[in-house]
Amino acid sequence: MTTVPASTAVTNGPTAVPREHPPLNVDSVVKRFGASTAVAGVSLEIPQGASFGLLGPNGAGKSTLIRSIVGRVRPDSGSIRIFGHAVGSAAARAELGWVPQELALYPLLSCRENLQAFGRYQGLGGKTLEDAIAWCLDWAALADRSKTPVKTLSGGMKRRLNMAAGLIHRPRLILLDEPTVGVDPQSRNRIFEMVEALRDDGATIIYTTHYMEEAERLCDTIAIIDHGHIIAMGSKEALVAKTFGTSSSVLMHVGPATTDLAAWAAARGGTATDNSVLVSVEKPTEIAALLEAAALDRLEILDVTLQRPNLESVFLHLTGKELRA
Amino acid sequence: MIGTIVQTSFRSLRRDRGAFLMSFILPIGFFTIFGFVFGSMRTSGTPRVAVLVVDQDRTDASRALVRGLEREPSLDAVTRPKATKENPAPADYSEASAQDAVRNGDAPAALVIPAGFGANPISFAPGGSRPTFRILHDSSDPVAAQVVAGMLQKVVMTSLPSMMAEAGSREFSSWVGGLTPQQRRQMDTGLGQLRKYEQEQDAQPAATPKSTTDSAADLSGMVSVDIQDVVGGKKRNPMISYYAAGVGVMFLLFTASAAGGSLLDESDSGALDRVLSARVSMTTLLAGKLAWCTLLAISQLILMFLWAALVFHLDLFTHIPGFLIMTVCTAFAVASFGMLLASVTRTRGQLAAFSTLIILTMSALGGSMFPKFLMSNAMLLVGRFTFNSWAISGYTKVFWRDESIRALGPEIAVLLTSAVVLFLLARWFARKWEYA
Repeated sequence: MTTVPASTAVTNGPTAVPREHPPLNVDSVVKRFGASTAVAGVSLEIPQGASFGLLGPNGAGKSTLIRSIVGRVRPDSGSIRIFGHAVGSAAARAELGWVPQELALYPLLSCRENLQAFGRYQGLGGKTLEDAIAWCLDWAALADRSKTPVKTLSGGMKRRLNMAAGLIHRPRLILLDEPTVGVDPQSRNRIFEMVEALRDDGATIIYTTHYMEEAERLCDTIAIIDHGHIIAMGSKEALVAKTFGTSSSVLMHVGPATTDLAAWAAARGGTATDNSVLVSVEKPTEIAALLEAAALDRLEILDVTLQRPNLESVFLHLTGKELRA
Repeated sequence: MIGTIVQTSFRSLRRDRGAFLMSFILPIGFFTIFGFVFGSMRTSGTPRVAVLVVDQDRTDASRALVRGLEREPSLDAVTRPKATKENPAPADYSEASAQDAVRNGDAPAALVIPAGFGANPISFAPGGSRPTFRILHDSSDPVAAQVVAGMLQKVVMTSLPSMMAEAGSREFSSWVGGLTPQQRRQMDTGLGQLRKYEQEQDAQPAATPKSTTDSAADLSGMVSVDIQDVVGGKKRNPMISYYAAGVGVMFLLFTASAAGGSLLDESDSGALDRVLSARVSMTTLLAGKLAWCTLLAISQLILMFLWAALVFHLDLFTHIPGFLIMTVCTAFAVASFGMLLASVTRTRGQLAAFSTLIILTMSALGGSMFPKFLMSNAMLLVGRFTFNSWAISGYTKVFWRDESIRALGPEIAVLLTSAVVLFLLARWFARKWEYA
């Protein structure tokens, strides 16, 4: 079982308080489609208030895992519990808010009518529903578009309404499946603010994305899934440290060289391609020694870049694929 | 460029295997069904007209006529109701019971052979003292009475040749001032041969069909016939309720199929996933769609019959209870059928092709496209497996026969049972949307 670290975790002991069920507990979930195993025994537990990013290349099993949590895919084995309730139960459905990647809206209905419909599907009614609609329209900055048919909204507005429709019942566990796909930077920023507002309200968030900067900005814990397994999990810093240690990369572009560039780089634990050399250093001050050695060997240095590994590097290193490939 | 567009379209269609197959199966299938329908009509001749025969004469001549009517291949002549467990030996039809049977829709016409027929059966001259046959008919079938009248003339000639010759000789004798003894002897010998022929014909099984190529057209008028409406004689527009129901149900089926197709649209858009991840079960969702389809169908039928009342003077407002019951049952059954079509298919293309094939076939067999009185018995039997037939039957009872709601029992039972069964089937097929 992989547990996401959280400052709110309650420990057992002489002064232990009754432990509330975690928002999400996934235990040894396996799902196969014919001969293909989409999810191969994933276990994880997400504590209250966590903001959890789930990254993975296409076909890694991310969507299947998400749809299993939502109850739209039935695992072959293992269990998933939401605040202690079995997935699919009325209690679990009430606690979970799902924002699917697709614009799952009624295009001919207005914003208000869509929210009304999805609110009723979640069991809301009367004043509670009206209050929820008002909150959604305000939260999604669509109050002035409440009577506008969805099909005439901009892409960003549709995305925001799509989010609001999934959260109208104010769930405590929120699953956002690539909520910024196909929106312009301004709308994306607005969506970030919406997610941050939810996080500040104490909701537990699971966020999937193909944009590294979104995961870095919105998620305190990130898991990378590939071939149906969670292959790494932790904070961004922890993932980088675990994958690359404390080293950084120095990239040097050089002019036409008389020296064997590959041999020169290999002698310093690095690699060379065409007219560039990539060398790993533990401290930035080691750059000075590299420059001195280059001068001695008559290498003309055109520019030098110190690269600190980031989440993209971790992802590439672990999966062998670009995140947005 | 055009080639690329054609190629892309072809590839898209080919990837939707159901729609691809239906694109070719649909026209062939529909053509085949129509081929069977109309091909069978041609090979089996004119559809047999059911006629109830009431023999008030009870003479050898009238009995010979009844046997002749029973042998006539274009008629389905019966003299008594079918035996049942309650009534294993039913009595012959009387004029009253035959009239009731026609009113109830058991047959479109009844033929009453009048008392005195045997004594003075036919006449080659106008007027005279010959008794008049009566045909009691249901005017919603405008063909039956005319067929019975025509066939009566033919049967009189073909089954009673001796009687016809005897009457002819009497007529001839009166015109020429009497026959010589030798002429009389020869005439009697000929009549004896004709009577022997009649006896041989009577000995043949009644069900043996004979050639239908004989024409009785030139013999019309040998017997006197009076055609009387016993159902709908005072109605202003005999077939309008039939067509309102027939056309209405056909388009209702298309509407229900399209409305059911919203499930496929919502599945494609992801809305179905979202709804099912909320507190809505598949059964609830289907029931909601069914309720909507039923209400839509009810609205369409009400509009259709209001239009019929307004434009074609259908007597809607004195038949409200029966109309409402039939409308609700029909709409419910049709809506369930739409749910089943949507849940069986996987794409809009499949749904369009599949529903067109089934709906047009049902409509053709069930009487929405052609009046039932033009259909053979085999077609009518097959048509009983369609909503169209049961709906038309129920509405006809309400508007044409002015029957009580109790008389709608079979139609209500069939439509409601079908609705429930089809909905359960739709629910079973809808499992594909529940979980992966």
